[in-house]
Amino acid sequence: MMEKHILDLLVTKVEAPASAFVLLRMRPVEGRMPTCLPGQFAQLRIDAPGVFLRRPISIHDIHDDEISFLVQVVGQGTRWLASLKPGDRVNAVLPLGNGFTIPQPGTNVLLVGGGVGVAPLYFLGRSLKAEGLRPTFLLGARTRDALLCLDAFQALGEVLVTTEDGSLGERGFVTQHSVLVERRFDLVQTCGPTPMMKAVARYAGEQGIPCEVSLENRMACGVGACLCCVQETQEGHKCVCTDGPVFNVDELKW
Amino acid sequence: MVDLTTKIGALELRNPVMTASGTFGYGLEFQDFVDLGELGGIVVKGTTLYPREGNPYPRMAETASGMLNCVGLQNKGVDYFCEHIYPEVKDLPTNVIVNVSGSTIEDYTECARRIGELERIPAIELNISCPNVRQGGMAFGVTAAGAASVVKAVRKAYPKTLIVKLSPNVTDIAEIARAVEAEGADAVSLINTLMGMAIDAERRRKVLSIGTGGLSGPAVKPVALRMVYQVAKAVRIPVVGLGGIMSATDAVEFLLAGASAVEIGTANFVDPAVSTKIVRGIDEYLARHGFSSVREIVGALEE
Repeated sequence: MMEKHILDLLVTKVEAPASAFVLLRMRPVEGRMPTCLPGQFAQLRIDAPGVFLRRPISIHDIHDDEISFLVQVVGQGTRWLASLKPGDRVNAVLPLGNGFTIPQPGTNVLLVGGGVGVAPLYFLGRSLKAEGLRPTFLLGARTRDALLCLDAFQALGEVLVTTEDGSLGERGFVTQHSVLVERRFDLVQTCGPTPMMKAVARYAGEQGIPCEVSLENRMACGVGACLCCVQETQEGHKCVCTDGPVFNVDELKW
Repeated sequence: MVDLTTKIGALELRNPVMTASGTFGYGLEFQDFVDLGELGGIVVKGTTLYPREGNPYPRMAETASGMLNCVGLQNKGVDYFCEHIYPEVKDLPTNVIVNVSGSTIEDYTECARRIGELERIPAIELNISCPNVRQGGMAFGVTAAGAASVVKAVRKAYPKTLIVKLSPNVTDIAEIARAVEAEGADAVSLINTLMGMAIDAERRRKVLSIGTGGLSGPAVKPVALRMVYQVAKAVRIPVVGLGGIMSATDAVEFLLAGASAVEIGTANFVDPAVSTKIVRGIDEYLARHGFSSVREIVGALEE
């Protein structure tokens, strides 16, 4: 188990990759950034009226001492995060949860992301590339404007795209993309809306290949104490915050 | 140097700050954030005679200044606790108190008896107030006769310090406190969560899987303070106060209301290091006001 830290982060850069999304870069106010793994998350303290609990946000990337979070504005907590400016401070608890598997070199990995679920796949893709793997990205969104950070993903490997309105890439859902019938993969790792991940898991099951999914159940403590974020698994209720957020789909009752 | 030590029955605490059941795991989960040796004690997760899966997800809803939960006493049962968890917690540098729950008097009694055999567990907190379990729990805690019957049976089976955790979902909590005192409880702790509900207007659905849940956090603090004050006036045994304590000032308010010790619950989720900050803050408060012992401020409200 990796040591968890409570630390203050200083916002260094704020970008808006799409409407209702924000990409925040931060570095520790003091000291070094602890080691984090792709798929892990941070609990960010929200200093906004009406928000009581921290918000679990997956790690989009870590570079030297800089951490980044790709956040979709969905409520008061994420709206506060989107309002941050360079120089502002955020208290974080990290790293939390487990991470995605980094397989042996030569493994043909497909990373499937939908919506803001692409966030952890960047850190994962970069880590896979650093290990000598060449992951294929399959990213989906409703429309081309909602596809996040495409340029950054393209720098890591082959990027395939679906949009529901056909404005970029193939029209439809990620699970309808032609690559899934034309090519064979050894491992699928996915993050996105639950219906999308369930469809991806079905595809992987039909192909007989392992599939890892990253869940985002509603959470309070983030450290396995409150038992609020549980997911039904073959071994009963497990905490998404500590036993996940990444699960092999075979563990789940999907 | 201020004396922070206090006593709950035969249980000696190095300071009056404990962590509340269900909010601090088994203490192990928070070792990266706090030195457990700085705490008066930790009350570990509710334990039942048999394993419980708890309620289905979703189990939590954030509310104004607080949260609702309906976890429903998920735990692996007392056998698992004794075999697998006790060895991990028995040498922690603080008092480890086990919260004991059940559905029947026999369940409570047997679970308490088993925990009583564990040398390094000096006390139990008897949970007669869980609002999230249909059978038992709160059913016993909402009438004086029900509360008395469980405490009477457990008292015979459990010789060490017996703290009884009271439900706020009652008409007269002082009456319940007197009833458990009469049956031999060494202390009472209060309040457990207040029963509440959350509704999602857009989806026109209940937010929690079982509809209702227990409210905790700063939203409940004024209610908790009032009840601690009333109960402290009504009984002679020590009172452990909890409910929405977020800071040392909050904790001092409970001590002034008559609590001999406090438990920190939901605040652990917001700041995992808050419990030891509260210990240091109480120490600073006492020094600033010229008190030599924390016991001097218990129930010490000025008229």
